[in-house]
Amino acid sequence: MTIAYAYGPNPWPQSFWDARAAANFVCGGAGAGLVVAAALSGARGTALVVPLLAGLAIVACGLAAVFAEIGRPLRAANVVRNPATSWMTREAIVAPLLFACGVAGAFGSLAFVATAAALALAFVYCQGRMVHAARGIPAWRAPQVPWLFVATGMAEGLGLWLALAAFLELRSARVAGWLGVAIIARYVIFRIYRRGLGRALAAAPARALDAAGRALLWGGTLAPLVLLAIAAAVRTQPWAPWLLLAAGLCAALFGAWLKATLVLRAGHTQGYTLPALPVRGTRA
Amino acid sequence: MTRWAMVADLRRCVGCQTCTAACRHANATPPGVQWRRVLDVEVGEFPDVKRVFLPVGCQHCDEPPCLDVCPTTATRKRDDGIVTVDYDLCLGCGYCAVACPYQARHRTPRAVFAYGGAPAKHEAKRHDPARIAVATKCTFCVERIDSGTAQGLTPGVDPEATPACVNSCLSGALAFGDLDDPGSNVSQLLRENRHFRMHAELGTGPGFYYLWDKALPEAAQ
Repeated sequence: MTIAYAYGPNPWPQSFWDARAAANFVCGGAGAGLVVAAALSGARGTALVVPLLAGLAIVACGLAAVFAEIGRPLRAANVVRNPATSWMTREAIVAPLLFACGVAGAFGSLAFVATAAALALAFVYCQGRMVHAARGIPAWRAPQVPWLFVATGMAEGLGLWLALAAFLELRSARVAGWLGVAIIARYVIFRIYRRGLGRALAAAPARALDAAGRALLWGGTLAPLVLLAIAAAVRTQPWAPWLLLAAGLCAALFGAWLKATLVLRAGHTQGYTLPALPVRGTRA
Repeated sequence: MTRWAMVADLRRCVGCQTCTAACRHANATPPGVQWRRVLDVEVGEFPDVKRVFLPVGCQHCDEPPCLDVCPTTATRKRDDGIVTVDYDLCLGCGYCAVACPYQARHRTPRAVFAYGGAPAKHEAKRHDPARIAVATKCTFCVERIDSGTAQGLTPGVDPEATPACVNSCLSGALAFGDLDDPGSNVSQLLRENRHFRMHAELGTGPGFYYLWDKALPEAAQ
C-alpha cells in the first residue's frame, strides 16, 4: 500500500475515499433503487422475491466494500454513535432496518415491501447527504448532490429491474415508465448541479465531470429513452424484452459511471487561497 | 471563557519549516505526516512574481465540519475551542478528512518509519500504535496547554504551555493565545494588523488567523 500525500496550494485529488467507497455509493444506490423498483412493480412471488433480494445483496456488497476500507474494522460498531449529526451514522442505522424489512417482505408479509422501499429511499438519501456534508470537496458539497444521488440510485435500480425482468419474463410497463421519469430527472438534476458548480471547480475535476455528463446524456439518458420508446412500440414482438434489457443496463451503467466519477475523479480538495498578499515591512 | 487561537504573520514567515520540524519532534508524527506544514506559494507571473510562505494545519474551527460528520464521536470540540480526536473511538473511515476544507487530517494505514520497515531507536520509543489507521491532526499541543495551565502558566506567553510550532518560530511569525482575552498577544496582534481567515466564506470560523498588513489607522485605535 502506498501512502500518497500532496502538499500544495492547488487542489489535489482526495485520497481518503477510494474505489471501495465509490463501490458503496454505486451499489448502495443501485441496490436501494432495485428494492424500490421491486415494490413499484407490484409483482408477487418469485418476480418480487428475486429483485428484492438482489437489491439487498447489492447494497450488502457496497457495505462490505466500504467495510474493507475503514482503518479499524473491529471498531465498526462505533459508527452508530453519532446519529445527532452524522449522515454516516444514519446510513448505518437505516441499513439493518432495510435488510430486515426487505427479507420480511420477501418471505413474509407484503406490508414490509412498502416499508423496505421507504427505507431504501432513506438509505440512498443518507448516502447523498453524507457526500454533501463532506465540505472539503467542492464537487461534493453542492446542494443538489443528495437529490442527484437519489435520482441516480432510482434510475440504476429501475434499470436493473428491467434487466432482470427480461430473464424473469415479467410485465414491466409500469417500471419502464418510472425508469423514463427517473433518467430524465437524473439528467436534469445533473445539469442543474453542474451549472451550479460553474467555475468553482479546478480544471481536472471539471473535465472529468463534463466527460461523465456527456456519457450520461448519450448513453444514460437518450439511448435508454429511445430503446424504451422502441420497446413500447414493438411490445408484442418476442425481442421487445431485450430492448428493455438494453435500456435498463444503459441507465444503470452510465449512472454508476457518473457516481464513480464524482467520487473518484471529481473529488478534488479545495486547496488554499490567499485573499490578500502580505505587505512586507509593515510590522515592527 | 477562553478561546485558544493561532496567528500567523505572513509578512514574517520565511518558510524555514522549523515549525514543521518542531511539530514532528513534539508529536512524533511518522514520515509524510505534518500536522503543521508551510506551503511555498508562488503568486503572479514572471517577472512580477511573489513568494508567500503559508503555514497551514488544523484551524480548530468554531463550527468544525469534521465534528458533525464523525460517526463515532471521536472528534470533539472542547470549550476552549480545541478540536481533538479520540484515537480509541475512531474507526478510520476518513470521513472527517474529506469534510475538512483545510486538508488538515491524516490517516496512516500502517506503521511507517524513516529508514525502512524497522523503527529507529527513537522512533520505537515514541511509536504509538493507537494512532495507526485512525484520523490524526494538529492538537494545538493540547497536552502542553493543559499541563501548563495546571501549573499556572499562560499559553502563548510561557513556552512550557505553548504549542511547539510557536515556540520554535525563529521569525516570530507564529503567535498563540486567548482570543477572549482582549489583553492577550493574539488579540493585540489582530487589533493592530489586517488579517483574514482561510476559506472564511464556508462559515467554519477558523481559530487560525493570517496577518498580512498593518491595520488602517482608524481600526487600530
